[in-house]
Amino acid sequence: MKNVLVYCEAENQKVAEISQELLSAGKKLAEKLGVQLEAMVFSNKLDNIQTQISPYGVDKIYIADDKRLEPYTTLPHAELAIHIIKQQEPQIVLFGATATGRDLAPRIASALGCGLTADTTILDIGDHYVAKEKKEYKNLLYAIRPAFGGSIMANIINWDRFPQMATVREGVMKNEIFDSENKSQIEKIDVSKLLNDSHFVVKILERKIEKSNVNLKDAPIIVAGGYGVGSKENFKQLFDLAEVLGGEVGGSRAAVDAGFIEHERQIGQTGVTVRPKLYIAAGISGAVQHTAGMQNAAMIIAINTDKNAPINQIADYIITGDLNEVIPKMIKTYKKNTK
Amino acid sequence: MNPLKIIVLAKQVPDTRNLGSDAMKPDGTVNRAKIPTIFNPDDLSALEMALHIKDRVPGTSVTVLTMGPPKAADIMRDSLYLGADKAIMISDRRFGGADTLATSYTIAQAIKKIKDYDLILGGRQAIDGDTAQVGPQTAEKLHINQVTYAIEISEITDDKIVVKRKLDKGIEIVEALMPCLITVHGSAPECRMPVAKRVMKYKYARSKTEMTKAEDWLQELHKERPYLKIEEWNVEDIEAEKEKIGLAGSPTKVKSIENVVFTANESKVLSDSEADIENMIKELIDHHTIG
Repeated sequence: MKNVLVYCEAENQKVAEISQELLSAGKKLAEKLGVQLEAMVFSNKLDNIQTQISPYGVDKIYIADDKRLEPYTTLPHAELAIHIIKQQEPQIVLFGATATGRDLAPRIASALGCGLTADTTILDIGDHYVAKEKKEYKNLLYAIRPAFGGSIMANIINWDRFPQMATVREGVMKNEIFDSENKSQIEKIDVSKLLNDSHFVVKILERKIEKSNVNLKDAPIIVAGGYGVGSKENFKQLFDLAEVLGGEVGGSRAAVDAGFIEHERQIGQTGVTVRPKLYIAAGISGAVQHTAGMQNAAMIIAINTDKNAPINQIADYIITGDLNEVIPKMIKTYKKNTK
Repeated sequence: MNPLKIIVLAKQVPDTRNLGSDAMKPDGTVNRAKIPTIFNPDDLSALEMALHIKDRVPGTSVTVLTMGPPKAADIMRDSLYLGADKAIMISDRRFGGADTLATSYTIAQAIKKIKDYDLILGGRQAIDGDTAQVGPQTAEKLHINQVTYAIEISEITDDKIVVKRKLDKGIEIVEALMPCLITVHGSAPECRMPVAKRVMKYKYARSKTEMTKAEDWLQELHKERPYLKIEEWNVEDIEAEKEKIGLAGSPTKVKSIENVVFTANESKVLSDSEADIENMIKELIDHHTIG
């Protein structure tokens, strides 16, 4: 049985949100293929971890529970995953396009000599006719991803070397519980049998994970600034507007690169993908790199001095003017009309 | 401490950060001729990290390695201007069409030919593909350790290296045994400027392919100054198996490409007058978008 397998990230006994998104997407693929959905999770103190995984319709969970497996390091996780993949021969394996997933998946793909598509945003199942072989390959994974700075979407397939693997971008797949009553079969992995000291040659000396208070993904309103904002000081107005509207502040890659705003607020192809009900783009020209991460917003307001800025093509409201004048006017008229 | 032998992996890439309106052809394919090529930014940060170690540990050598078309000799010269001791390019039509698996195999074969190294540094990812896969895949092929997303080398001893890594939401400091492969995050320090003296010295550095078209005086100059030679290796030089390189060695294939087309929107064009802005705000409140 060639199943769909998802690598789940877990820290502090909590399964990462990206992994739950992957399980949701993986379930859909498994249903289309008529196969089972399986998950693997390697971390520490995982006694009840299945309660966070089973509801996604997972049929079987491979659990490796060992204090040396948390925090993540490359070699032990790669070794365990390679062992499971070789034994189970899944047809599809999914990883998050996170710091962990993008460190781990290529290592595994290289060891298995299989294909790996990075940073996919759409997953589907479909066929492909190979003219050279005069053969139609059925039910392949379509791993669709933005490429070339986001100006094109490429559908990447792999028909001759299995498994088909992909890393999937965070926040793109919906997090959907399949059946809260679902029970999974559990298989414990004998860690000490598979790993030895040579797998633990990278030592983590220090680790500072910030509890981020920026939550762009769930913000209903986003006020985003680009290079056109001009300075860190000018960004303050964007924060003021976001505060009165009850929103969050984001930035384009150019604004982040220029140091106007911190990296964790970056929206776009290399950054967070968002779909708020209102997106206010101030001083953003609208390079595809940026629009790839926000074009699904329900409503877009573009504020730009350039009336031909590409962002205007997808905007619902186009305001041509200096954001330093427009934004205070927005704050003022909003306050006036909501009193 | 003992001097180190460092290899830096570099790539020449189309400048996808500054795509003009003529970057795409009317049929939706990429118009490569209209896009300028640059030294991949993350790789420049990796080169800086290597040069920084060279500054601290006398006698350290830095070799820059790239795979690419003949034109990639440009970034080989750039590397020499910036401070690299040696530049090697892997160039052969038969390497073309490689995905990350075939690329990492090819690079690993070249590194095996170089043989002697303590540290391999490379950019986290290239801006034309943004995959970040070639580094870890190369490390796996060489059976060495990998440390990804480095922003700083905090400490080096004879066999150990302490690296500060940038994670999604934080920082991690790890200690790894050498030899290992480190990928460098774009937020690491930018590369230094070229050294004028080195630009003068290496201005006429040329690859084998470039020399086939060189005039006599340049041929003479290269005989006098062997350091001007940019090494160029083909499939046979690195003893690559043909089924593992290029298209044949690439499991992933592009089925189709779609130009990202913006959905035409009926937009309202406003002035920056207070009246216009107030009307918009009122509409948004009426539609319960805000308020």
